[in-house]
Amino acid sequence: MGAAAIRVVHSTRSSRIGVAGFALLFVMLAAAPFWAERSDLRLLVEIFTYVALASLWNLLAGYAGLVSVGQQAYVGLGAYILFGLAIFAGINPVWTIPIAGLISAVIAIPVAFLIFRLRGHYFAIGTWVVAEVFRLLAAQIGPLGGGSGISLPVATVTAIAETRQMREFLIYWIALALLVVILGLIVMLLRSRYGLALTAIRDNETAALSNGVNVTRTKLVVYVITAAGTAMIGALIFLQKLRISPDVAFSVNEWTAFVIFIVVIGGVGRLEGPIIGTIVFFLLRETLADLGALYLLMLGIVAIGVMLKAPKGIWGYVADRFGWELFPLARRVERRDGPPP
Amino acid sequence: MPEPLLDIRALDAFYGDFQALFGISLAVPANSVVSFVGANGAGKSTLLKSIAGLMPAKADAITFDGEAIGDKPAYDVAKRGIALVPEGRRLFPSLSVEENLMIGGQLGRAGPWSLARVYELFPVLFERRNTSATALSGGQQQMCAIGRALMANPRLMMCDEISLGLAPIIVRDIYARLPQIAAAGITLVIVEQDVAQALKAADHVYCMQEGRIVLQGRTGDITRKAVSAAYFGV
Amino acid sequence: MEWVNTIVQGILTGGLYAMFAAGLSLIFGVMRLVNIAHGDLIVLAAYVALVVTETLGINPLVSLAFVVPIMAIAGYVLQRTILNRTLGDDLLPPLLVTFGLSIIIQNALLEIFTADSRKLNAGPIETASIEVLPGISLGVLPLLQFVLAVAVIAAMQFLFYRTATGRAFRATSDDQPVSQLMGLDNRHVFALAMALSLAIVAIAGVLLAVRANFDPSIGPARLIFGFEAVIIGGLGSMWGTLAGGIILGVSQAIGAKIDPGWQLLAGHLVFLFILAIRPQGLFPKVQ
Ligand SMILES: Nc1ncnc2c1ncn2[C@@H]1O[C@H](COP(=O)(O)OP(=O)(O)O)[C@@H](O)[C@H]1O
Ligand SMILES: [Mg+2]
Repeated sequence: MGAAAIRVVHSTRSSRIGVAGFALLFVMLAAAPFWAERSDLRLLVEIFTYVALASLWNLLAGYAGLVSVGQQAYVGLGAYILFGLAIFAGINPVWTIPIAGLISAVIAIPVAFLIFRLRGHYFAIGTWVVAEVFRLLAAQIGPLGGGSGISLPVATVTAIAETRQMREFLIYWIALALLVVILGLIVMLLRSRYGLALTAIRDNETAALSNGVNVTRTKLVVYVITAAGTAMIGALIFLQKLRISPDVAFSVNEWTAFVIFIVVIGGVGRLEGPIIGTIVFFLLRETLADLGALYLLMLGIVAIGVMLKAPKGIWGYVADRFGWELFPLARRVERRDGPPP
Repeated sequence: MPEPLLDIRALDAFYGDFQALFGISLAVPANSVVSFVGANGAGKSTLLKSIAGLMPAKADAITFDGEAIGDKPAYDVAKRGIALVPEGRRLFPSLSVEENLMIGGQLGRAGPWSLARVYELFPVLFERRNTSATALSGGQQQMCAIGRALMANPRLMMCDEISLGLAPIIVRDIYARLPQIAAAGITLVIVEQDVAQALKAADHVYCMQEGRIVLQGRTGDITRKAVSAAYFGV
Repeated sequence: MEWVNTIVQGILTGGLYAMFAAGLSLIFGVMRLVNIAHGDLIVLAAYVALVVTETLGINPLVSLAFVVPIMAIAGYVLQRTILNRTLGDDLLPPLLVTFGLSIIIQNALLEIFTADSRKLNAGPIETASIEVLPGISLGVLPLLQFVLAVAVIAAMQFLFYRTATGRAFRATSDDQPVSQLMGLDNRHVFALAMALSLAIVAIAGVLLAVRANFDPSIGPARLIFGFEAVIIGGLGSMWGTLAGGIILGVSQAIGAKIDPGWQLLAGHLVFLFILAIRPQGLFPKVQ
């Protein structure tokens, strides 16, 4: 029996069903402009952006152990880059989205250099300081409206697409595409050697270190990728809103509190968690939105309850109970007694 | 036969799924000195930790002074008069020598042991009372750890590998004080890897192997050879 | 002269920041927990003081006699019922639970008291000032705040290093299993630490409410100021924390003098600068 008779298998029965289901869902969603109402499209865009933000936060906190409460820094940064480039450089806003990702990745490197000096819980607050600095700096940019913000000029908006309907379709497809790309990237990252390194770090940082895992570099890679993804989503969110202001773009409630609650309720450290969490979050919101502050208060209570009673969240509970997995992430070594394929 | 001070019946202990103790039963009479020997990993420390309340156990697996304490948390067990000198000494690094001793006595149990009495037993601690516990030599740290346990005025004191990492002359020096401690009415449980030391200090010896007691007897009745045989599992 | 005045005002504000920081670093020192709801608890204390002063018709400074014990008891209960259950090797639960708590407090206050700004009125003491040097006069209230901050930090220093409770805090922080062998119930020790932290929070909250307007949303910024003071000063050093608070207060005052929009930015930038050049803080505790 040669070495080739052993291979690493990622997929499981449930993950194969999961992947097939996602493919079907993708086709249906891609065709949504042809079957859905306009308001549904807007809601779907919002859902996509929250699934993406939550998946990115989950990668950062749940896999890399970098618990950030300052991801609004990159939502706002991406959005301001879009507005800046579109208004001053006259670039089509759609194309500024990838540029926003790129610039944010570059900015994230020195930021990481600074806040990685803070350990554990203090890291979390450090990320918040960074977000505050970004917000205050954004408020100093006079040409972008300073503290009160600015709208995208009409000419820029029509440059996206002529009609309002086409614009909405376009934004919808971009949101869907971004989500698929981000989820695909996360799955690839977790299946790569970085994924193995992350698992090792999560299980035991000291042991990982002594086994030659470059802990800091692995975390840096995850931090930078997350920043880029979050910034692109941020840019998209404000492309849909067409208006920006520092307080909204860097809102801790909208872009971090909701996201954290989504991941906690869905299941930290599992790819399925953010998706389940987002569905629960929107179901709750559609039914309880009129409650205002009480709604947030209840979300907080639910999140604390989940953290204390079922720390792995809804999906963690389901996965433990039934062994389900929707993404092909598990690593099993399979021995094949026949000749290698 | 008088009721033993410490009575252990069918005690099991687990680290997650790993079982470290298998149905340990034994009795320690009051005012005796008992020692446990066994190779590394035999389960000696786990046994002491279980008695001290640091490992979960069934309530009636451990009876102390007639009361079931197996399920009591460590701080409660300490209040009842069981003190542990943990393996590796584990002094509090942010506390000075004197503070380490004082925190041992903070339970306020009545008895003969006080700062003055501990300093009398280990005069070097008095000289170094204001230094950080981490600045002490290994032997002094061990004395401080013993003193810290004594400050609680325990009825039962358990010492886990006093000799660990210490020069033989210092080990002898520390063991020479144990009779004074026993004479003050404290029942002693001593864990050692050093068989000779264990046999010399104790009235009764237990040999442990892979979580079980494989040999036991009065130190007078049991030969060093038998202990060594049990120790190495031959 | 104007600049000297600015710096003096900054120093006095720094005392308040040091008080925000003291409770935060106490908790971190004892149980390695960073309480994200810390700032919101300060605001909660301000509202408790508001209710107490309005119902009893007493001066806010006198209301401390009620607010401090109320907050301390709340802290003890909070720790025993919720926070103790989050402690362990995993960093996530305590962070997320205190984050959730922060959101809950903010929105509960919003629901009860609305988003309107409030302020406590301490009476004539608010406008009283003394001229220490020609051209430099100090408000009695800011001065009182600063003195109280120094007193709180001195008291904490004393408690931590000179009392049995402080010994228990340090021992539990060093080695939890062994501290239990000394008869210390960790859950109780942690709850005492949280009670003490919230007692300090209560003083800080009342002083804040007397000095400036407050509303339910200002908590996170107080958390950040406290945090920055802790890191600037150096972990585990209480006088360092006071120094950190003063540096932050002075930076903000100078920033505000240059341009009102730069007040907060200047503080954050000084914090980031110190993090870059001296991540262990200016006065780290020597082990
Ligand atoms: N914290 C722990 N987690 C897991 N296993 C442990 C732990 N402590 C000890 N063990 C295991 O339990 C067994 C008994 O250990 P211990 O009681 O320390 O032995 P001894 O003190 O006799 O050397 C060993 O196999 C050891 O590997
Ligand atoms: Mg041992």
